[in-house]
Amino acid sequence: MLLPAMPKSWYLPTKPHKFCPGCGHGIVLKALGEAVDELNIQDKTIFGFDIGCSLLAWDFFGCDSVQTHHGRTTPVMVGIKRSRPELICVGYMGDGGGYSIGSQHLLNAAVRDENITLVLVNNTNYGMTGGQMAPTTLPGQKTETSPFGRDPETTGYPTKGPEFIAAITSDSAYVARATVSKYKQLKRYTKNALRNQMENKGFSFLEVLSTCPTNWKTNAQQTWNFLEEEMESTFRLGELKTPFGKGVK
Amino acid sequence: MEKIIGETKKAFITGNEAVAWAALAAGADSMFGYPITPQNEVMHYWTRISPQYSRSFLQTEDEISAGFTVCGAVQSGKKSFTATAGPGNVLMQEPFGMAEAMRLPLVAIIQQRGGPSSGTVIYSQQEVTLTAYGGNGEGHRIVYSTSTHQEIYDYTIKAFNTAWKYRFPVFVLGDGYQAKMREPLEMYDPEDKGIEMITPYPLIGLGGKIGVDREPAHFCNIYSMEEELYDVVMQFEQDYEAMSRDVIEYREFFCEDADIIILAHGVVSRAAEDAVLILRDMGIKAGFFRPITLRPFPGQQLRDMLSQVKPQKILVAESAMGQFAKLVKNEIYGENIPLETLFKPGMGIIDHDIVEKVRSIF
Ligand SMILES: Cc1ncc(C[n+]2csc(CCOP(=O)(O)OP(=O)(O)O)c2C)c(N)n1
Ligand code: SF4
Ligand SMILES: [Mg+2]
Repeated sequence: MLLPAMPKSWYLPTKPHKFCPGCGHGIVLKALGEAVDELNIQDKTIFGFDIGCSLLAWDFFGCDSVQTHHGRTTPVMVGIKRSRPELICVGYMGDGGGYSIGSQHLLNAAVRDENITLVLVNNTNYGMTGGQMAPTTLPGQKTETSPFGRDPETTGYPTKGPEFIAAITSDSAYVARATVSKYKQLKRYTKNALRNQMENKGFSFLEVLSTCPTNWKTNAQQTWNFLEEEMESTFRLGELKTPFGKGVK
Repeated sequence: MEKIIGETKKAFITGNEAVAWAALAAGADSMFGYPITPQNEVMHYWTRISPQYSRSFLQTEDEISAGFTVCGAVQSGKKSFTATAGPGNVLMQEPFGMAEAMRLPLVAIIQQRGGPSSGTVIYSQQEVTLTAYGGNGEGHRIVYSTSTHQEIYDYTIKAFNTAWKYRFPVFVLGDGYQAKMREPLEMYDPEDKGIEMITPYPLIGLGGKIGVDREPAHFCNIYSMEEELYDVVMQFEQDYEAMSRDVIEYREFFCEDADIIILAHGVVSRAAEDAVLILRDMGIKAGFFRPITLRPFPGQQLRDMLSQVKPQKILVAESAMGQFAKLVKNEIYGENIPLETLFKPGMGIIDHDIVEKVRSIF
């Protein structure tokens, strides 16, 4: 039987991974693994993992990595990058970690145009803590802390991260939104987000729309429908800012 | 006050659910919180139940914000509370400090989890120092360390009254076991137990025409001169000492003739209580003393008991590396009784552990 190959930069002793069945995190990490392989940067890439389901990847790669605190991955990565600019620093976080508790770090790192790459997994909820509302929760979406559906009147509308980052970064920043349902695009954007840092162009930010069937309480079909129909129509896919020119493969 | 429970009734629920019901019954107007295990279900229950009683909830962007929104809510004259744990408790030290400095009746439920850092999401007694003395002040806080669901319910209600009566921030210090376990308890409306709930009052937004009806209300927490701050802190200290007599709570069990006194707090005191009975069956005269308020600490009461009983030894048992023992030692300085310890940071302690320890030192 021919099994799909795992990226070379994945760390085999820690496979199979610990995410729930149907979780999107594994797909994002696959794109990251293949991008690291193809750019040949495994030995100099440092991963920072936020507290959230991201932390389940703390020993995922055959790369040096550090798990940080909830929301604090961005400043830890800034500290490493500023001390050792030759390293490729990749912060990996959830939408709660990035847009809520860590939002001041995200904003200020972006404004300072820190030469790091952040990959933020948007699954419209707080996965690890059992499915509470996140800044990205869709209007009407039920979560443990919005049991009657998110009401924009009292809790606002979903955070549009890339749009916000694009508005405050320099021209050479890289800002994009991908989805686990379009793997080729996801991988291309992931590579661009890493290349941008390798070429010292500045802040690189990739949001990835992802799935959380456990907390959405959805079956496979419903999970995919929610991602492709609800999420992808609220959060627009594409490169919002790229120094490489649109359409570069 | 609005009746929430109606007829006093038995329930079999988790500690987190007990907190939500108790806060409702105590007349809390709002909760501000941020998800963290093992506290999450306080919010989950509150968001489900509270709208029926027109109480509000906001999930803030982090714990710093949750703590400060509670500061704002109580200043505006509403009973408000939050709940957190571990790293969230660390972040809340900033707003807790403001509550201390400005004497705000903030109420916080702390469900301790393992530390340091993210630690575990399970259980510990490692947030004693943080909850009692966190921040850059003098620990002018009131901390109730509960051991059963009934106490979680009772002391959550009491916390609101203590906070609004004395105007010190009040903490109900539980833990992951108490948060997540189910246990029977009795739920009631405070009035039905003869408990009169204090009506909250605003510190700002006082109405009337400023300059005509009243002077503006100005609050600050920073001072220009050493002497000014000194006077403020000394006044706090004096008020704190004065209210301590009324607030201190503790429990003694089989101490009168004890050769060994076991000191424990929170859920570990349940193990200590069982251990005392087992040890007595074995012919070892054990007793136990449990502070319910860790701040203010029943120091005089402990000293009095020790000088009366004159035990041969003291054993301090806790799920931390001596945070509670430090409080104890501080209070009994000068006593000449050998002190043994059973420290299991972030691990549960059962009666058997204590019995074994006592047998090994006796
Ligand atoms: C200071 C602090 N507050 C709260 C928590 C609890 N916590 C752990 S993970 C998490 C949410 C994770 O959600 P998200 O960042 O969206 O990641 P996901 O699990 O959805 O991938 C929270 C609130 C914590 N660890 N530290
Ligand atoms: S809880 Fe959700 S995000 Fe976390 S591993 Fe499971 S499916 Fe993935
Ligand atoms: Mg999430």
